[in-house]
Amino acid sequence: MQMIRFGFIALVMLALAAVPAVATAIDEPFYISLFTRMLVLAIAASSLNLVLGYGGMVSFGHAAYLGLGSYVVGVGFYHAANDGMDWALNGWLHLALTIIIPGLAALLIGAISLRTRGVYFIMITLAFSQMLYYFFIGLERYGGDDGLSLWYLSDFGSVMDLNDDSQLYYLAYGLLVLVLFILYRLVNSRFGMVVRGAKSNERRLMAVGFPTYRYRLVAFGISGAICGVAGFLMANQSEFVSTSEMHWVHSGDLIVMVVLGGMGTLFGPVLGAVGFLMLEQYLPELMEGICHIIGGNSCGIAGEYWKMVFGPLLILIVLFARGGIDGLLQGKVGRNV
Amino acid sequence: MNWILLIEQTLNGLQLGLLLFLLAAGLTLVFGIMDLVNLAHGSLYMVGAYFAATFTAWTGSFVYAVVLTLPATLLVGAVVEIVCLRSLYDRDHLDQVLATFGLILFFNELVRLVWGPAGLSVPLPEFLSSSLELAPGLIYPSYRLAIIIASLLAAFFLYWLVARTRIGMLIRAGASNREMVGALGVNIRFLFTIVFGLGAALAGLAGLMAAPISTVEIGMGENVLILAFVVIVIGGIGSIRGAFVSALLIGLIDTVGRAFLPDVIGGFFDDEFADAAAPALASMSIYLLMAVILAFRPEGLFSARNG
Repeated sequence: MQMIRFGFIALVMLALAAVPAVATAIDEPFYISLFTRMLVLAIAASSLNLVLGYGGMVSFGHAAYLGLGSYVVGVGFYHAANDGMDWALNGWLHLALTIIIPGLAALLIGAISLRTRGVYFIMITLAFSQMLYYFFIGLERYGGDDGLSLWYLSDFGSVMDLNDDSQLYYLAYGLLVLVLFILYRLVNSRFGMVVRGAKSNERRLMAVGFPTYRYRLVAFGISGAICGVAGFLMANQSEFVSTSEMHWVHSGDLIVMVVLGGMGTLFGPVLGAVGFLMLEQYLPELMEGICHIIGGNSCGIAGEYWKMVFGPLLILIVLFARGGIDGLLQGKVGRNV
Repeated sequence: MNWILLIEQTLNGLQLGLLLFLLAAGLTLVFGIMDLVNLAHGSLYMVGAYFAATFTAWTGSFVYAVVLTLPATLLVGAVVEIVCLRSLYDRDHLDQVLATFGLILFFNELVRLVWGPAGLSVPLPEFLSSSLELAPGLIYPSYRLAIIIASLLAAFFLYWLVARTRIGMLIRAGASNREMVGALGVNIRFLFTIVFGLGAALAGLAGLMAAPISTVEIGMGENVLILAFVVIVIGGIGSIRGAFVSALLIGLIDTVGRAFLPDVIGGFFDDEFADAAAPALASMSIYLLMAVILAFRPEGLFSARNG
């Protein structure tokens, strides 16, 4: 089974690497933006996986760090466009700040949230992300409810041009690989062992003498920083920054991706993000197609209401396929995986 | 400071707080007894509002609509519990969050399918559409007063039910040790269905009362749900008394903060800064309150286990 699993994952990563070439060859540039979104959300889901899958901390507020990261780009653009501060468009600066600011925010939010356990933690991370959401809605200057359209993207000088979809795609791909490598090194380090150990038995680790609170907090901060980088990419991909990215439903979507792909596995969130966006893209068409095959009339409706199938599908995955896609690849089916 | 405005805003805050209490009471009961995180509670609020809109249109009377909506939402809640949530009780919280997240998606689409994507509006009931003069110069809409009174009645009913009746005794026993209650021969599954239905009916009541003073639309329950979460986190999960106190606190701070914070900040800083910062700060105030309270009392103000 392991061979199938590694083969499949290698195949997915290789296929992802070939997307811009194939999309250009068949003249469907739309696929580049769809797959860029997949890579971006794969990074975000991987960052969530560090705390959720490996650390057992159910953060229901990761959309906030995604949003903070994209607002770094948005605010930089705003001042460059309106106040003539050209340096504010510098891509390297954006990249650095999208790591620092969401990372610090995650440290602050984590410092309070990690004092609590279980359901409290879920609800508090949720509430803090809503707080940031309303904060940005209140900031009329940076667009408030309407968001900001970005006329200029992050500027990397002669190194790369993000206006070129393929270059943006490979930047996202490179960052995803880098993030996966960092996460791989992290979870297998002594630090990662403590975080994972605190998931299965925190009391025992504390008795051994590890200050688990600090370890968990650092993991939470790293996770926020990585998620911020995904926000940086998302802003440059959609050329738009708005509060809707920070809405709590997106935090839920990220959790779904992690669980759909397989919690606590390195490539699970990548598979989950790809699977989630595939479902979002093709479930409507699939439902419409099935409707035609069974001979129903007015099949347009079936496609329009795809979430009525998606919701219960989610419940079924939770109930019967806990290991997610990665679990299926390992041949584990059922609830206790 | 304008006293009439202050009293008016306090009453508004009281009304928001009581509506939040009706939602939070159901959430906290379900959590305290079944150990279930129910994100779909806001959907029941939404369903209550849509039922109220439909029944008002059918019967032409808001009172009949109230009489029909309460059992209808109770039924919806019971069906959801039996079909879906029952198998989630012994799962961990992440599973519950995901499954009830799926329920939200389902309910939003179901409502869109049945009632269409456009929002509905419910007319104010005829006999409550006027205003009352509570004190010289203080004129307050009678419908909002009716909301305050009805929510207080519902809160008293809940108190009586939980503290003074046999079923309430079982609910309290279930909250402190559900295995033992089951072992003593109480039909615990039926009790759970009743409690969930009761919570659904309370959410439906909040939804139907909010319907005439807000737009009935898809997703209306989701923002209120987060506020209800803040309420029960501050109050202490599982504690109805805590939910009551913190719901009023949240309602008052949110409403009064939005009304007066711009003036207060304007007193210290220049107007431009006040205009930019006040709305953002006002909407953050309750979350900051939550952060402060949790920094000192991670279990909330009233923990269910000791009071």
